[in-house]
Amino acid sequence: MQRLKLFLPLLVFVLLAAVFFGVERRVMTGDYAPTDLPSALIDKPLPDFVEPALSDGRPINKSQIVGELFLLNVWATWCPTCHFEHPFLLKLAAEGIKIVSIDYKDEAEAAKRWLAEKGDPYSLTLFDEDGSLGLDLGVTGAPETYLVDAAGMVRFRYQGALEQKIWDKEFAPRIAELNAQGSTP
Amino acid sequence: MKRIVLSCVLALFSLAAGAVIETYQFDTPLQQQRYHAFIEELRCPKCQNQNLSGSDSAISKDLRRQLHSMIMEGKSDIEITQYMVARYGDFILYRPRFSSQTAVLWLMPLGLLALGLLVWWRMASSRKRVQLSADEVLSQRDQERLRALLDDDAERAEERS
Repeated sequence: MQRLKLFLPLLVFVLLAAVFFGVERRVMTGDYAPTDLPSALIDKPLPDFVEPALSDGRPINKSQIVGELFLLNVWATWCPTCHFEHPFLLKLAAEGIKIVSIDYKDEAEAAKRWLAEKGDPYSLTLFDEDGSLGLDLGVTGAPETYLVDAAGMVRFRYQGALEQKIWDKEFAPRIAELNAQGSTP
Repeated sequence: MKRIVLSCVLALFSLAAGAVIETYQFDTPLQQQRYHAFIEELRCPKCQNQNLSGSDSAISKDLRRQLHSMIMEGKSDIEITQYMVARYGDFILYRPRFSSQTAVLWLMPLGLLALGLLVWWRMASSRKRVQLSADEVLSQRDQERLRALLDDDAERAEERS
């Protein structure tokens, strides 16, 4: 028994190594990102706001966009990852997903040019020049995408560029579940 | 000469200065004090381990501006903390509040201290036990055996001589 006790440090080492190796593997495969911050808004209503539309500057409030399930995409022309993400958003829009966007801390002219040149996947774009709406949402950077259900509740937030793999893994199952709940209240 | 040496020595002890670029105006020194306390205590949500005062990221700038305007509006410390936590969660507090999620964080040091004390106490008490048993007076039987052994030795020694 006394002998076995000598192996205790080794046992601790092996356990810790297994834990660290496991976490590192999850980071490598993309299951877990230490930089991801859980959104404080999950399962809470989208905060109230009034922001101008990018296209014509008319004020838009929350009740004008809430009503059906939609994505709220935060982007900006200064954000390189948003360039990468853009084609996938166009694809989603073509598939009939409603995407409202927030042009976050950007210049209106550059943003309008972006949408004219690259295509506009958004049913509406809010122009958040000073980042105040971003602050209320707890945005930490761009791109970020929120999943908002028909009742206006935030159900999921993804930090980083959307792509097919992430869509299939994170968004599609949640949307299917929300739609199933919605049809059988 | 003395002065130069002194200032060189003092420079060695200079504290790290925060990297905040903007300067905000405050009405009272208290407001300024609260602002500085907050930017030290609040964590930059975009960074891995930096407070608002040390971070140059866009979001930290926004949060500092927001903090300044909230202080100038006369919001209390609790209101400001609630505002930040409502948006960025407990992550933003460098001293997270006690909750089921942060219980491990807060209680682990106490637990480890208790464990350490337990180990120390057990080791100390077992050492004491060893000492006690060594000092113990031999039982009647042991003493007879000891005497027999010694006598045996003595006889053998005599035979040899």
